[in-house]
Amino acid sequence: MSSDTVPSKTPEKTTGLHVGDPAPGVKKVDPILIADHVKRTFGGLTAVDVDHVEIPRNAITALIGPNGAGKTTFFNLLTGFDRPDTGTWEFDGRSLAHVPAYRVARMGLIRTFQLTKSLGLLTVMDNMKLGAKGQSGENFFRALLPFLWRGEEHANEQKAMDLLTRFKLDAKKDDYAASLSGGQRKLLEMARALMSDPTLVMLDEPMAGVNPALTQSLLDHILDLKAEGMTVLFVEHDMHMVRHIADWVIVMAEGRVVAEGDPHEVMQNPAVIDAYLGSHHDSDLGETESEHVTAMKELIDDEQ
Amino acid sequence: MLDWGAIFGNAAIEFISPTTAAYALAALGLAVHFGYTGLLNFGQAGFMAIGAYGYALSALRFGLPIWACVLIGIGASVVFALILGIPTLRLRADYLAIVTIAAAEIVRLLFTTSEFDDFTGSASGLSAFQRDLEALNPLPDGSYGFGPWNFSDRTWFFLMIAWVVVALCALLTWMLMRSPWGRVIKGIREDEDAVRSLGKNVYSYKMQSLILGGVFGTLAGMLFVFPRAVVPSYFQPTLTFFIYAILLLGGAATILGPIVGSMVFWVLLSFFSGFVARAVAAGWFPFMTQVQAGQLRFILVGVAIILIVVFMPQGILGNKKELAFVK
Ligand SMILES: Nc1ncnc2c1ncn2[C@@H]1O[C@H](COP(=O)(O)OP(=O)(O)OP(=O)(O)O)[C@@H](O)[C@H]1O
Ligand SMILES: [Mg+2]
Repeated sequence: MSSDTVPSKTPEKTTGLHVGDPAPGVKKVDPILIADHVKRTFGGLTAVDVDHVEIPRNAITALIGPNGAGKTTFFNLLTGFDRPDTGTWEFDGRSLAHVPAYRVARMGLIRTFQLTKSLGLLTVMDNMKLGAKGQSGENFFRALLPFLWRGEEHANEQKAMDLLTRFKLDAKKDDYAASLSGGQRKLLEMARALMSDPTLVMLDEPMAGVNPALTQSLLDHILDLKAEGMTVLFVEHDMHMVRHIADWVIVMAEGRVVAEGDPHEVMQNPAVIDAYLGSHHDSDLGETESEHVTAMKELIDDEQ
Repeated sequence: MLDWGAIFGNAAIEFISPTTAAYALAALGLAVHFGYTGLLNFGQAGFMAIGAYGYALSALRFGLPIWACVLIGIGASVVFALILGIPTLRLRADYLAIVTIAAAEIVRLLFTTSEFDDFTGSASGLSAFQRDLEALNPLPDGSYGFGPWNFSDRTWFFLMIAWVVVALCALLTWMLMRSPWGRVIKGIREDEDAVRSLGKNVYSYKMQSLILGGVFGTLAGMLFVFPRAVVPSYFQPTLTFFIYAILLLGGAATILGPIVGSMVFWVLLSFFSGFVARAVAAGWFPFMTQVQAGQLRFILVGVAIILIVVFMPQGILGNKKELAFVK
């Protein structure tokens, strides 16, 4: 899993994103997303308890942390798929508290899911077209007058074909999404998210299950998104990938943000090593957990 | 000797009878709900009752013109759909199922209770509410037709109305389901959250679907009672289950499936009932009374449906490829 996940071109890192020392909750020069006191408990368990965090605009931010750190729950809270107990958060200056998920998406904040949600009984092309915004044919009455939406439909098809080609799914466009492999579904979900020209893309483990050859081009796509002016926030367990494409890294453990910084510095932060190795000490060691630990050690070695 | 000619003739009549059309339309409503959107509406009988009574009461009690009777029936079913949908469509699919089956029973019992006898006619129902409609019948008096399809001019008239309405509703559904609107609806069937994450107001789409399929049920209720009187006992929960059987028989996410399913269902039912009644009369089943024989036809239809579902799980017109991916 090591060097073959390196993107084909050397990514250009965005720097100077923060103001002051990189500590948890550090201010950003131009934040696109700001969350304050966002807390979510499940019974007695505090899954997320984030005091303050800012996501820098037009940069690639990685959200990392051990299993169960609360990354997915935090994603759900930010995108309206779950309600926090307390907290406020804003996207592009507009408050998102109590905004339903579909409206969050319409505002330009699109997310993907850790457990892929491709729509299996729609074709790949229909999946893509579903991602497009502002379709007049999605209105009940206008749906009955095809001449109103045929043009749009055609334009969306073109756009979908471009994206599918980029993600190497163009040959599959007429297949049911259910016939795709797990990795291909991840790609489809990501391509579908891009159909709406989002300003902030939140990807929950986009690389899980994608083969190394494709990972490379996927990393390039993510870098392209930044070049096109989008902001990317992604969850990932593969530290090599994080290190190579992320401009900024936020580390969560037990629901809290425990460290922030650029990918090279943050890996040496004792709090981060603690977060990973600490959870190693006081919990049962699962297969993936030990994988993180190895990855962490490898990285720390790398840096020295 | 059995009179096979009569058995087949009577069965053939059901191909095009107004009742077949009404059931087809009610099943088309469920195709919109269940087949395309994934909504579990177990109260289609309630929507049908609202259509039947909405029309009959408007005509008899308020003397309204035909178009107003139809609109009142449709309006009432839209309100019914809103009442059912507002509290449940944000919840998991099973909540709608429970609420619809209960609400349909409430509707039936409201029309059954003798409390409102003066208004609803309670258990004995209402008749002669379709006089205005009959007055529009352009067909010459008498009984005519071809082969087994020999009907009175009145039956022909209702039969034509029924199939025209079914055809229009099928066309409407076809146009909707091939549009971007239909794409959202089919997406919701599979994974609401995915569709929500793409910026679609899932709740609103589910409501639109519930209303559309409910209105089809309402129109079906009207078509069903036009040739007869309206009594509340037509609208038992078993009615909904028969309509589901028709839907699964024909193919759940298809436009023509409900129509073909209804034809097959009624032809089979008529065939078995004719066959069993005549066979008992001819002494083929000495262990059975005529009353028992009346029940046997449903058993035989049930067996036939089970066989079709086992050997053609996608329904007669369903897409086999699509089913291959259903877990
Ligand atoms: N719906 C829920 N009900 C109860 N507990 C939950 C629920 N969702 C998440 N949790 C708990 O919240 C904690 C955080 O879970 P979450 O899925 O956010 O972790 P994660 O950081 O995404 O982990 P992973 O890297 O394994 O995906 C876990 O302890 C989990 O058990
Ligand atoms: Mg997760």
